[in-house]
Amino acid sequence: MLEIKDLHVCVEEDGTEILKGVNLTINKGEIHAIMGPNGSGKSTLSKAVAGHEAYEVTQGDILFEGESILELEPEERAHLGVFLAFQYPVEVPGVTNKTLLRQAYNTIAREQGREELDPLQFEDYAKDKLDLIDMKEEFLDRSINAGFSGGEKKRNEIFQMAVLNPKLSFLDETDSGLDIDALKTVANGINQIADEDKAVCLVTHYQRILDYVTPDHVHVMIDGKIAKSGDKDLAVKLEEQGYDWLTDVASVSVNGEQ
Amino acid sequence: MSESEALESMVGGEYKYGFTTDVEYEDFPTGINEEIIREISRRKDEPEWVTEFRLEAFEKWKEMEEPDWPNVEYDRPDFDNIQYYSSTKKKDGKKKPESLDDVDPEILETYEKLGIPLEEQKQLQGIAVDAVFDSESIFTTFKEKLAEAGVIFCSISEAIQDHPELVKQYMGSVVPKGDNFYAALNSAVFSDGSFVYVPEDTVCPMELSTYFRINNMQSGQFERTLIICEDNSQVSYLEGCTAPMYQENQLHAAVVELVALEDAEIKYSTIQNWYSGDEEGNGGIFNFVTKRGHCRGDNSKISWTQVETGSAITWKYPSVILQGDNSTGEFYSVAVTNQRQQADTGTKMIHVGKNTKSTIISKGISAGESNNSYRGLVKISPRADGAQNYSVCDSMLIGQTCGAHTFPYIESANPTAKVEHEASTSRVGEEQIFYLQQRGMDEDDAISMIVNGFAKEVLQKLPMEFAVEADKLLGIKLEGSVG
Ligand SMILES: Nc1ncnc2c1ncn2[C@@H]1O[C@H](COP(=O)(O)OP(=O)(O)OP(=O)(O)O)[C@@H](O)[C@H]1O
Ligand SMILES: [Mg+2]
Repeated sequence: MLEIKDLHVCVEEDGTEILKGVNLTINKGEIHAIMGPNGSGKSTLSKAVAGHEAYEVTQGDILFEGESILELEPEERAHLGVFLAFQYPVEVPGVTNKTLLRQAYNTIAREQGREELDPLQFEDYAKDKLDLIDMKEEFLDRSINAGFSGGEKKRNEIFQMAVLNPKLSFLDETDSGLDIDALKTVANGINQIADEDKAVCLVTHYQRILDYVTPDHVHVMIDGKIAKSGDKDLAVKLEEQGYDWLTDVASVSVNGEQ
Repeated sequence: MSESEALESMVGGEYKYGFTTDVEYEDFPTGINEEIIREISRRKDEPEWVTEFRLEAFEKWKEMEEPDWPNVEYDRPDFDNIQYYSSTKKKDGKKKPESLDDVDPEILETYEKLGIPLEEQKQLQGIAVDAVFDSESIFTTFKEKLAEAGVIFCSISEAIQDHPELVKQYMGSVVPKGDNFYAALNSAVFSDGSFVYVPEDTVCPMELSTYFRINNMQSGQFERTLIICEDNSQVSYLEGCTAPMYQENQLHAAVVELVALEDAEIKYSTIQNWYSGDEEGNGGIFNFVTKRGHCRGDNSKISWTQVETGSAITWKYPSVILQGDNSTGEFYSVAVTNQRQQADTGTKMIHVGKNTKSTIISKGISAGESNNSYRGLVKISPRADGAQNYSVCDSMLIGQTCGAHTFPYIESANPTAKVEHEASTSRVGEEQIFYLQQRGMDEDDAISMIVNGFAKEVLQKLPMEFAVEADKLLGIKLEGSVG
């Protein structure tokens, strides 16, 4: 579904290279987890996939269902079925969740040649999704993320994902800041949404969520590269030992190349 | 399209109303002097007292200086080069058309193009329209139907002929002839505008609206509107404005007076979309208006709602004098400036009566290289026991090259009064736009959504039919404006 090949990404403004050759393949039906120290480039990778214009791809390619999406605007990628749950969800005062999601849902449906929903149909559809992650109905009529608690914002991202029903979802630290119960609910929501036709990539610092959502692959990102990949045991090892042992490996190999 | 280009194109949304109508005008000299004023009065067949009103105003105006306190920069209009009266030639020398058949087809077509068909059957249900073209009222619809309810809705020129006692009693009673430089000028040369009278115990059965169109390049527009609500009556009135695109600036200096007697309620809404000039700041309307309401009776209410998107320069402060006890004044405003536009707008709430209340909600949106200022005065007089004011002034910036300012003034001479003021400034951020794009919206829709969310509290105050219009207008106005 998603193929990232030797991806190099710079900050548009000052040209600093952040991603330095990322290779990653995600097939449908798979759940991936990306871990790694602060500032290693995990969010940058998610945003580059979603098409944020502040990040310039200087080398490599991103293929979605076999086609390069580098030239596509963020909304065009969304229309194809790419979703990003933000590490820091943005507030949009005065615009309700319902307004945004109905417009978003219908735009995507139109682009994909599916039927649009009228306000009443949408309301019913959205309410089902609210139940999925145990959110109160009043959230539909509240302004997008405005005045939401940290945990509510994260939950709202998963709610949006459930409504938009994307093929590929990047969830950037959606588990951070959730209490234990919320974590279980959110994990449960993710499990229900992820089926054999979809793919999910969790960016996380804690292996906790991986107790509920079992990843097929775990990757460690260090200094703009995937330094190591493995199965869910890798996450356990990282939790116990931290990243030091990997940083050494990474720097050795860099030195080795020189 | 990059984000900055998209934001730019949004604010710079093309002006759809910039066309000109080819009509023949009666000759009228440019410039201003006593003779010109007498000539205006003569052409309009006015009674002597109106001529006197004009001349007294002119005497005052000559002694006055153009104010320089607004936070705007412009070249002072050349008052000798303006044509103060602009009338199209009529068939058979008739003055005011009796039916639409008497109206120049070119003008009918103009209104059709503007989306305001004058044929009653084509109009939105429940809205009566007075169409003002340059200096004259062209036609007023649904007059008979309104007359059945006892409501008078006509042009001010007709009111002077047909209801002189009412005009004489109220004109200049809220905005005196010499109130300020442009109000004095208007009082001297006012052309046309609307007149509304709602008798006692009457709720006006329709929305009333006036559509102002400036067509003539050389003429100024000096409209004068007067709305009177007798005891226990209500009216909702809306004005819309557009003008062609000319390289030169045109002057629009209006005076609007509202009078609400006991238990009366007036709701006055404006969607102002005068041509605002090009990217370099050439052309566009100078919109210098005086709008004031007088809550004369106890328990009366006056509410101003404005969506200001056009004009090169705007200065206007729709105000309310809260004289009756328990009277209420409201001001809800969205002002959008883009490119080189400059706006200095706000309100004055003058609390005189006891337990008077006022609310001010101002939303300023600036983009491009524009400059947007809120200026407001809340004044509580010594006898206004228990007066209350609540003000919110929010500014939103789009891009890095625009400016937003707030100048709130509070003068309270009564210790029992409560005055609350809140203000905020925010910027439409790349992250907000990216967030909405990630959800599938294109850039223009994203900006439009953010802006409409910001202005929602005010847009909700508009009559329903116009809220949709205003919503679209904000979107068009800001098309492609983020930098
Ligand atoms: N727009 C930007 N301008 C400048 N530097 C940036 C920008 N975006 C990211 N960076 C830098 O790139 C590096 C990677 O950032 P990124 O947000 O991808 O890290 P992360 O792995 O998600 O970290 P965390 O675990 O803390 O969320 C950091 O050093 C960050 O400061
Ligand atoms: Mg991050």
